[in-house]
Amino acid sequence: MSNTAGTGAVLVVGGGISGLTAALEAAEVGNDVILIDKNPYFGGRVAQLNQYFPKLCPPTCGLEINFKRVKDNRKVRTYTMTTVKSISGGPGNYEVQLEKAPRYVNSNCTACGDCAEVCDVEIDNAFNLGMNKTKAIYLPHEMAFPRRFVLNKEACSASCLEAIKSACKYDAIDTDMQTEVITVNVGSIIWATGWNPYDAEKLDNLKVNQSQAIITNMMMERMAAPNGPTGGQILRPGDNKEPESFAFVQCAGSRDENHLEFCSYICCMATFKQMTYIRERYPDAKIYVFYIDLRTPGKYEHFREKLMDDKNSVFIKGKVADIIAEDDGGVTVVAENAVTGAKIQQKVDLCVLATGMQPALGDQGKALGVNMDGNGFVVSDPEKGMIGAGVAKSPADVYTCGQSSTAAALKAIQIGR
Amino acid sequence: MDKVYGAYLCTGCSIGDVLDIDGLKSVASEAGMEMQDHSCLCGAAGRALIEKDIAEKGVNTIVVCACSPRVMQKEFDFGDNTITVRGNLREQVAWTAKQPEEGEEAAEGVDEFLQEMGTDYVRMAVVRAQKTDMPEPYHLETINKRILVMGGGIAGLTAAKEASKAGYQVTVVEKADELGGKAIGWRKQFPTKYPYAELEAPTVGQMIADVEADGNITVKTATEVARIAGAPGEFNVTFKAAGSTGEWDAPAKVTVDEQDLIDKGEKEDPNAGLRVYTELNPDGETYGSVVLATGWRPADVSEYEHLGYGTITNVVTNMEFEKLAKDGKVPAKVAFIQSPGAKEHDKDFPYCNSVTSMVALKQARYVREDNPDGQAFILYQHMRTPGNTELFYKSMQNEDGVFLSKASVTQVEAQDDGSLGVRMEDNLLGEDATLNVDMVVLAAGMVPTTVDDSTINLAYRQGPAFLDLDLFDGYADSNFICFPYETRRTGVYTCGGVRKAETMEETIDDATGAALKAIQCIESADRGVAVHPRSGDKTYPDFFFQRCTQCKRCTEECPFGALDDDEKGTPLPNPTRCRRCGTCMGACPERIIGFADYNIDMIGSMVKSIEVPDDDDDKLRVIAFVCENDAYPALDMSGMHHNTMNALVRFIPVRCLGSMNMVWIKDAMSSGIDGALLLGCKWGDDYQCHFVKGSELANKRMENIGETLGTLGLEPERCGVRQIAISDYDKISEIVNEFVEEIVELGPNPFKGF
Repeated sequence: MSNTAGTGAVLVVGGGISGLTAALEAAEVGNDVILIDKNPYFGGRVAQLNQYFPKLCPPTCGLEINFKRVKDNRKVRTYTMTTVKSISGGPGNYEVQLEKAPRYVNSNCTACGDCAEVCDVEIDNAFNLGMNKTKAIYLPHEMAFPRRFVLNKEACSASCLEAIKSACKYDAIDTDMQTEVITVNVGSIIWATGWNPYDAEKLDNLKVNQSQAIITNMMMERMAAPNGPTGGQILRPGDNKEPESFAFVQCAGSRDENHLEFCSYICCMATFKQMTYIRERYPDAKIYVFYIDLRTPGKYEHFREKLMDDKNSVFIKGKVADIIAEDDGGVTVVAENAVTGAKIQQKVDLCVLATGMQPALGDQGKALGVNMDGNGFVVSDPEKGMIGAGVAKSPADVYTCGQSSTAAALKAIQIGR
Repeated sequence: MDKVYGAYLCTGCSIGDVLDIDGLKSVASEAGMEMQDHSCLCGAAGRALIEKDIAEKGVNTIVVCACSPRVMQKEFDFGDNTITVRGNLREQVAWTAKQPEEGEEAAEGVDEFLQEMGTDYVRMAVVRAQKTDMPEPYHLETINKRILVMGGGIAGLTAAKEASKAGYQVTVVEKADELGGKAIGWRKQFPTKYPYAELEAPTVGQMIADVEADGNITVKTATEVARIAGAPGEFNVTFKAAGSTGEWDAPAKVTVDEQDLIDKGEKEDPNAGLRVYTELNPDGETYGSVVLATGWRPADVSEYEHLGYGTITNVVTNMEFEKLAKDGKVPAKVAFIQSPGAKEHDKDFPYCNSVTSMVALKQARYVREDNPDGQAFILYQHMRTPGNTELFYKSMQNEDGVFLSKASVTQVEAQDDGSLGVRMEDNLLGEDATLNVDMVVLAAGMVPTTVDDSTINLAYRQGPAFLDLDLFDGYADSNFICFPYETRRTGVYTCGGVRKAETMEETIDDATGAALKAIQCIESADRGVAVHPRSGDKTYPDFFFQRCTQCKRCTEECPFGALDDDEKGTPLPNPTRCRRCGTCMGACPERIIGFADYNIDMIGSMVKSIEVPDDDDDKLRVIAFVCENDAYPALDMSGMHHNTMNALVRFIPVRCLGSMNMVWIKDAMSSGIDGALLLGCKWGDDYQCHFVKGSELANKRMENIGETLGTLGLEPERCGVRQIAISDYDKISEIVNEFVEEIVELGPNPFKGF
């Protein structure tokens, strides 16, 4: 299959908030855009968030508008489960081979859900970070765009596949689907490949594997979300206890030369936001926040002030040295107060690690010739039509990603003009 | 266009299992449309059925009663010469059917209530198709594609250069005598490259040279914008010498009441001597769109008396220190104070954002550069170096002679030996201490120019400035996290210090993005389509002026200031300023405003097409008008979860609750409908309405209509407004149900049957 897009076509790699923004902003000027994502849906990391700070509004609200813009715009072509395989040519005339993994569900799918009814195999729900199970044929989440099921064929038995096939009235299940290579010709490429939460298992002293009472901030987002594994309840994994006390461990991996030497930009605000999730559900729960600096500048300062007024919350300037699992299912957080020098041992029911942002592109970017810095962030090379956007470029919040992605759209369409 | 109708019904996805298909078809046929059904209308065979009718019968207006209009758009898109209207029988009817309880047998036959829902949705879709016209995009007679950039600092220079690179003509207007803004006073700039350890030589000189050499860019220094009139694609801009005043200065906003007082001679006319705002300057220049990059001024820090600014020599601001550093050598022992609150609070100075932390680090480096044994003390509550700027912070932590500590500075005082004493508590050095230094530098913030002036100087009915900037501390910022460039003035995009205190790196991105939006607005106007959030919409509001009573509600309420008015008060539409939300249509008591595919008659007729049993107390009817951006998707998702929906309710999507005209409520009440509910976005300071004011205005209008109903002997409680977020899909069925219960409690509408 070959596609020759018009002059000035742009390939956008990654369909999270940054990639969607870059793609739409370029397309609404009038350029052709090809938008790809490795997931079976668009929306990326923000689709997993319960709310945005500081407005506490649902990310799906902005995604809905963006999806509508994509659906209404014939200039944008979209491919899910698709990655970049190779790049040749140069600015103005790149030839890019895209690899589209088999979804095993074709465009006949109406998302009626009959297939999932009969599917007897369950797999870890990746969208919920493995905190619950989903059927092996599934819609990734409520707002998934495109609204089409996806099949994990490897997980299914022959009989299960058979049952799925016969349950579908629309001939949408195609278990023979193969990996497809699509060649596109574009003038420039925007890398909006986003981030992964830093792997908490690498943080030896924070012992995420030793207690279920230690979770990450992304897990907290999923728990607080109405479409998450707990239906919006914040419970301690394992024993489903309603926690009476919480600790937040800031800079879990960030600002640490053994892990991520940069600051991940969003974690302080994410913690303040998650404090509101807790307050909504547990008005009297105790909250302890261990931090180095509270980075909530500008407009965000008002949000911090509001939450620091919370009578049941304590803020401790001090890096967490250790977390000890306790017999009752809770943990003790060990830290030193940097101002008073006091040693602190705080027992809590649930401990949230504010893990940072690991740029997701990684070695694959280097192999494709993308210029990257020592921490794996994309260094834009506009003359070559290779442009970074959003967190692929530098750690940022959603708002800043919107700015850098809109900027990336202009840099991309300048090629060939 | 002569309309030829084709109506199609999908029986797939359980629609055919729970509804009586012949019954639905007969409803369409009563309305004059023969409806064909198919078991999978979105599939190739189903679409072929429609395509065949288009080819053979010339069908151009298609009614598809199937799934939600939010899905299968591409499948049901039959090209630019066709109209497609969707009836949502799947997510909002079939999938909302009551599920049998565990162990309970599914009920036999078709549920009467569900079937009535289905038939009403078919009726409404048919009526909608009958009342929809093909939109004709609005085209300006001539479109101007030049971009005006206000401000010649880093942001303005970047916006100009980047727009030029994309092939656009740009004018940069700068108040000062030379380009460059604040950056020309910098000795060094922040690191921009990994490993972010070294300060960089200023690049502003090169940027100025590039702009001055660029054939696409015209530079006007020592110049200001007196006023901007007109609209995207044809802004009429009057320039003036910086600091001067003239007859073309932008008029201040005068409310209707104020104008009355002025007319009676009881109030001085603030616009005396100025040209009226609707007048275009024949000597003005024309532009397509505007980038506002007028930047910031240093904040006044003299209010913090304990820090001694203005009273003690050698207490200076970061800006003054930079000048010192640029001009020569800085003192050897300097304290940089980041937070003014003493022990009171741990905030930074106002308007700092995170930029001033980096400025302090940079200036600490100057102390070391200029003095072999220099000592710089940075006293902070929170060092704010987010993202990669952390790497510069780290490199400064390792630098000899630079001391960083959390500290509450309680007093700065002049010592007898001419040095300064800085008293501090709660620091990381242990004891409360007094530092002796040669100079104290205060981290003054960056106040956006929009705090002091209207800046943008629009000659608009709603006044010269952006609205409601107090929500953002005076910054000309967007309220939308996902859409940072959305201002309330179409075609005007802000960037740099005027919207947020930003580093140079952020500013360059921001300005490049603003240039993109300015270009996009021009190209959208050229195609005759709307910009965000209804980007691509070809419709625009049409006014039937003969019936206008000059009540001015539309001009007052338009969230985007799209409407001006003439001396009598008749609105003067500016379609390229318009965002197509329909707030004007909702505001108009004379019902003279409408869109080709969305108007008073259409929605009113849909309401009236709902069948209202007049003698069955079990079959009350509630109409719900639903914001199509958030509440409607929430209803869809509720359906996807097969949550039961109260079968007495009928949902009608609206562009925005702001477009809700209260005549529809009267239509509903007079046709015997028992209650009316509006479902829209959150309002207030953290509003979520994509059109800013829609849900808030609708709520006000509903309060008023409640009173009107009261005078007619109807209970005001029959009308309600609920705030719904898109993520409330798990609650929406209950929220609607509670409202219906309240209506049932009230009993039937007494006007039923009349």
